[in-house]
Amino acid sequence: MTTRVFSSGIRRREDPRLITGRASYTDDIKLPGMVHAAILRSMYAHANIASIDTSAAAAQPGVIAVYTGADTEGALNGLPCAWLIPNSDLKTPAHPAIAKDRVRYVGDAVAVVVAETRYQAEDALEHISVEYEPLDAVLNPKEAAQEGAPQLHDEAPSNLAFTWAVAGGDADAAFAEADVTVSDVITLPRLIANPMEPRSAIAQWVGPTGELTLWSTSQNPHIARFLTSVVTGVPEHRIRVIAPEVGGGFGSKIPYYPDEAITAFCAMRLGVPVKWTETRSENYLATTQGRDHIEEVEMASTADGRITGLRTTVYAGLGGYLSTAAPGVPTILHGLMYSGAYDIPNISGTIYGVFNNGTPVDAYRGAGRPEATTLIERLVDVLAAELGMDPVEVRRKNLIPKFENGHDVATGITYDSGDYEVTLDSALDAAGYSSLREEQAQARQEGRLVGVGVSTYVEICGLGPSQVAGAVGFQGGLWESAIVRFHPTGKVNVMVGSSPHGQGEETTFAQIVAGEVGVDVDDVEVIHGDTDLTPMGWGTYGSRTTAVSGAAVTLATRKIKDKSRALAAHLLEAATEDIEYEDGRFFVRGSPDQHKTIQDIALMANVAWDMPEGMEPGLEASAFYDPPNFTYPFGAHLAVVEVDLATGQIDLQKYVAVDDCGVQINPMIVEGQVHGGVAQGVGPVLWEGVVYDESGQPLTGTMLDYALPRADGLPDIEVQSNTTPSPHHPLGVKGVGEAGTIASTPTVYNAVMDALRPLGITRIDMPLTPEKVWRAMQDARNGG
Amino acid sequence: MFPANTNYHRAGSVAEAIQLLAANEGAKVLAGGHSLIPAMKLRLAAPEALVDIGHIEALRGISLESGSLVIGALTNFATIASSELVQANAQVLAEAAGVVGDPAVRNRGTIGGNVSHGDPASDPPTALTALGATYNVSGPGGERSIAASDFPTGLLENALQDNEILTGVAVPALAAGCGSAYVKFPHPASRYAVVGVAAIVGVEGGSCSSASVVIGGVETTPTRASSVEAALVGSDLGDGALDAAAAAVAADFTGDPMGDIFASDEYRRAMAAVYLRRALGIAASRAG
Repeated sequence: MTTRVFSSGIRRREDPRLITGRASYTDDIKLPGMVHAAILRSMYAHANIASIDTSAAAAQPGVIAVYTGADTEGALNGLPCAWLIPNSDLKTPAHPAIAKDRVRYVGDAVAVVVAETRYQAEDALEHISVEYEPLDAVLNPKEAAQEGAPQLHDEAPSNLAFTWAVAGGDADAAFAEADVTVSDVITLPRLIANPMEPRSAIAQWVGPTGELTLWSTSQNPHIARFLTSVVTGVPEHRIRVIAPEVGGGFGSKIPYYPDEAITAFCAMRLGVPVKWTETRSENYLATTQGRDHIEEVEMASTADGRITGLRTTVYAGLGGYLSTAAPGVPTILHGLMYSGAYDIPNISGTIYGVFNNGTPVDAYRGAGRPEATTLIERLVDVLAAELGMDPVEVRRKNLIPKFENGHDVATGITYDSGDYEVTLDSALDAAGYSSLREEQAQARQEGRLVGVGVSTYVEICGLGPSQVAGAVGFQGGLWESAIVRFHPTGKVNVMVGSSPHGQGEETTFAQIVAGEVGVDVDDVEVIHGDTDLTPMGWGTYGSRTTAVSGAAVTLATRKIKDKSRALAAHLLEAATEDIEYEDGRFFVRGSPDQHKTIQDIALMANVAWDMPEGMEPGLEASAFYDPPNFTYPFGAHLAVVEVDLATGQIDLQKYVAVDDCGVQINPMIVEGQVHGGVAQGVGPVLWEGVVYDESGQPLTGTMLDYALPRADGLPDIEVQSNTTPSPHHPLGVKGVGEAGTIASTPTVYNAVMDALRPLGITRIDMPLTPEKVWRAMQDARNGG
Repeated sequence: MFPANTNYHRAGSVAEAIQLLAANEGAKVLAGGHSLIPAMKLRLAAPEALVDIGHIEALRGISLESGSLVIGALTNFATIASSELVQANAQVLAEAAGVVGDPAVRNRGTIGGNVSHGDPASDPPTALTALGATYNVSGPGGERSIAASDFPTGLLENALQDNEILTGVAVPALAAGCGSAYVKFPHPASRYAVVGVAAIVGVEGGSCSSASVVIGGVETTPTRASSVEAALVGSDLGDGALDAAAAAVAADFTGDPMGDIFASDEYRRAMAAVYLRRALGIAASRAG
């Protein structure tokens, strides 16, 4: 059968079980004798703990144990930060699983109750009495870094976890010599990741053998095993971490959390399986959040719009403690991307990583890159306005010309391949840019506020070469491995160390195998998410799974093909070099009728009745893939909005996304990723943002207050693509999981600001809620 | 989300429900559960007992009886929104019911529960007040009815007495020649009304003969826009008249204001004028 399954938009095999409710998530698992934990969380953003009395809670019905920080101290090591960025004076204050002396955000764990049922555990929490001595709190990351701000950690003066700089060229000289300079202050609000499935953990401890099994909602079970070992002291080879179905993560299920460690501690103390599942309210307090940037930015240019320099000072809120990967997000994943799609010869940025009394901040879809792309793309629009140029023309003038194999930018990284102008032109064509500008002019005549926003982007993904990981302080590798195993019947299992959780790799990896050796795609099953069943891997995040883990699957399958060719040659009594391959069949050159199918080969290899001299039986191969470089997908997006002059409401009317993520394995999945990504990136522009009061109490503590993007607030998203293969990837793929999120924030923000330009409004902090826009319009009218 | 312990009682009749309420101090009436259960899950409410009236079939349904729509307390919003009787006789109520929450809420939430809970940002009470509805109530002392405009006594407080249950609402059918509309500015997360406007105008001989305008979301109880009504009656309902009437609303906000992180009280009042103007335009276009 000829199957062109590679690069076709076949349906996701994951979906039937997911959309019919047949998938089994961590919280669905019930173990014999399992008991339930509930965690008491600080109601103060910043306070000393004077005393804790758990005696009444311990006496409640069904309660098995109550533990506090005094119990876990010494038994659990502190939670490690695993991205120790160099040359930044990084401070890593202790992060105990349960706070003992001091709490630093609303949601900090204070005690845990284990009971026969979850309801009993929740009831008992109300009987723990904690005496707090409240302290002043600080949330705004810039204010937190000033003299006199409340201090979170003694070892981090001015609340600075790190000061990190990026520099290339001579930015100060560029600004001194510039014809034109523009500046802006951009805030990216704190965002809640909101996976449909909250976090959950089940720990099972088998005392006599010293084996710990942890079911966990993790994007990276192998890292979770590694860090569980670090925190609990159980050796890594006696820990098994299983990430069953995981219902979304968006980065928030990368970190290793206090809660998993607490659950493991309880199971080890009590000798029975313990389950903990966070409520949605806890998810809003205790699960890592994203962004929280204040960016003071400047751009220098020649009089005709050639960008000559970029300078930034960024205050990145980190929350009360350093989460697992937190320092790398606003630095490596952010500052190194300051050139965007443009040749900017002189760049300098200073990023202050700042502790504040909020939930810890870590990677959230896009992780550092939306924050970078927004500041670049916003400044380009501000510059265009200053110069009186069309913002598209400023972009065109500065785009890096087409390149196929490497382009160095001033921040010191090397983009792999790019053809930026083609995606920009495609987006403009698809949207009918020139007629949009005419319609806009007409609308302005009528007193309507119509805006057009354009953004290009380049993202760094496919993380990444392990050598670079080491150089930038990531405390792990960034390679992936895969095992491809043919059974006697020609059916195939693929075991991968990465851990897809909605991205569709059970489908796309089967497409890779089918494309390489001609088996039916339905004859390939992909196994992931269990450290005992899968080879080592560093996990699913950073748009890296298809790029890195997919490459490992490809290389392992190619080893299968090589062995199959040799075995076919033996069986067909020909020389290996005379064997040709087509559509799952190996044949002697010129005699296609004399052939062995891949299934014939699989059977013979497994029974091994007639193997060539020295060839091992079996048809199984593994590959370890460490990418030679990151991959750099790119594209251009365009949005049209209309602002209601009477109310400040924003109607997002049109959205066009043109992305180039390299070779596509499944275009339908690519389109889905772009759709979801765009929606998530529009969120902070129009709706989303955590709000705290002065004392650090979150005012957006439920879904009644925290507004997520919904289908009725989004237009049809027109998705197009172009293909510029990655030169260094075995399949030419780059990755697409974050593209939409990276591009849509600046695109829609620029569109709204473009709509408001006739009123003289140049900036409003995100999210652009109707009242903020209305007030800006009122002020503009009163001022003008 | 794990509510505190509670005792559950299922009532087979209104009389039994009243007895159960009397017998269980601190009990709360459970109907569709779309206000009470979320509050319990957040432990903002922890009633000792629940009296579930959701299985009393007599409380479900819509009929037209001598010029009044009678809607049973258990009737859900989707049923009201899609009811031809309601659409023909009280379009503003059908429209308000059709924009409550989202489809899941509309399929499960009940008109009786909604009115009894009395969230000032909810849609149906605004429409019912504009329509001059009355609420039928049963209690230990028998049955009585309360005018919708007299029902709320403060934020989330109402005229129901201990152990009384709201059994239904009675809505006078709109007279021929009346046009009505409900227009809403939904909160992007909760979908409650930041502002909700119910407008009813009657036309006789080319001019406005009657007007009833009520605004929700701006004050802690629905706001009757008397100044707007006065400006409308006798006017030609042309654009100029509607502009002038909408501008008059500022004088009608004399109660306790509401504001939150999404929309301040000042912004809500300003938006009330905008949405009021839109509602008046639609209602006027339907009148005559």
